[in-house]
Amino acid sequence: MDGVHDMGGMHGFGPIERDELSYHDEWEARVHGISNAMAAPGGGRFSLESLDPAEYLGSSYYTRWLLARINTLLAAGTITQQEFDAAVAKYRANPDSEFPSDDETAYKEAQEAVRERRKKAGDPTFPPGSGSGSSERSLEAKLGVGDQVVAKTIHPDGHTRLPRYVRGRAGEVIRIYRPQGFQDDEPLSDHSGPQPMYAVRFDGKELWGDQAEANSSVVLDMWESYLT
Amino acid sequence: MEKTNMANEDPAILTKALESLLVEKGLVTSGRIDEIVKSYEEDIGPMRGAQVVAKAWVDPEYKARLLVDGRSAIAEFGFTDPHGAELVVTENTDDVHNMVVCTLCSCYPWAVLGLPPAWYKSFAYRSRAVSEPRTVLKEFGLELPESTEVRVLDSNSDIRYMVLPKRPAGTDGMSEEELAGIVTRDSMIGVGEAVCP
Repeated sequence: MDGVHDMGGMHGFGPIERDELSYHDEWEARVHGISNAMAAPGGGRFSLESLDPAEYLGSSYYTRWLLARINTLLAAGTITQQEFDAAVAKYRANPDSEFPSDDETAYKEAQEAVRERRKKAGDPTFPPGSGSGSSERSLEAKLGVGDQVVAKTIHPDGHTRLPRYVRGRAGEVIRIYRPQGFQDDEPLSDHSGPQPMYAVRFDGKELWGDQAEANSSVVLDMWESYLT
Repeated sequence: MEKTNMANEDPAILTKALESLLVEKGLVTSGRIDEIVKSYEEDIGPMRGAQVVAKAWVDPEYKARLLVDGRSAIAEFGFTDPHGAELVVTENTDDVHNMVVCTLCSCYPWAVLGLPPAWYKSFAYRSRAVSEPRTVLKEFGLELPESTEVRVLDSNSDIRYMVLPKRPAGTDGMSEEELAGIVTRDSMIGVGEAVCP
């Protein structure tokens, strides 16, 4: 989607403030942990992009993660609004209220269900480390190093990994990677089938015209279907 | 029950509510979250990438493996990405200087650099790195000659990038361990260079 998250080349955000901290508060570490450990779809990149633009720009990094995750879990019915409101009220009244205990068996089953779903969806990076498997190697790359290509002009309202600033621009294939799962239009962050993947170099002048800085370029990862 | 106004609620409370419901439903355990938080506090950080770079500087065969297949080469140290992501390591030379950004979100090579600093995730860095990389590098104190191509790697897929900085002159006598000590996080993102002490 053509949202505010697609920031490459935008003006107006000012100088880079050298804030070296990864976290600013304890809850941010929890949100990071939840996001990595949670065995349920939701809260991925498309949910982040789907935040209200003013909310996206006005929130801190982990606030965006938190809100996106809650929004999708509510929308999917994994958590109901009522139980969420009740939990918020409980911890607002007393942050040290009783906390449920871990259910290891249920968690293992939920993780297994996620694995099954991703396997079915053909995600080549799953299980972790399997990305170099022989099956995907057989996916033949149609393009070769040195080929001149143009990134497609598309404006999908769903998720895409093709940034606006590169659409319609010409570049050159400089490297061929292992195939990667295609991610466009996958609101629940499950991958659809793998595609050949290329590193494509775009000259600064091609992207930014006369405003380009001297001898500069950008390299992007291009799924084969992004290119013509 | 009043519907939660998320914009006005304390994020710490929202986080607690979310974690408690997910634990209750067996979709996560607090124990697993604790483990993840602890691993990024103690084990996973730029010291990993520094070890990889130092080895590449002293061992040409390792360097060759690293540049061909970063994921396998870092696995020799026992480093793996939690999501099994591909790692591509690109070498900085006098001809090409690489720097890494993610304009669409904030993708970062967690397996070798840990969690990104706030500036890497900032709108200013995400928006400007691709269109005015030399100006951005200057703000980080790095000025490169026009004869060096400044190549920005926009991490728009699940492939993660790490930069192999140039080995500074005057470090010939240093051990691998000493070399790891001069590899900065910024030099592996490509907004700085490794410097001889």
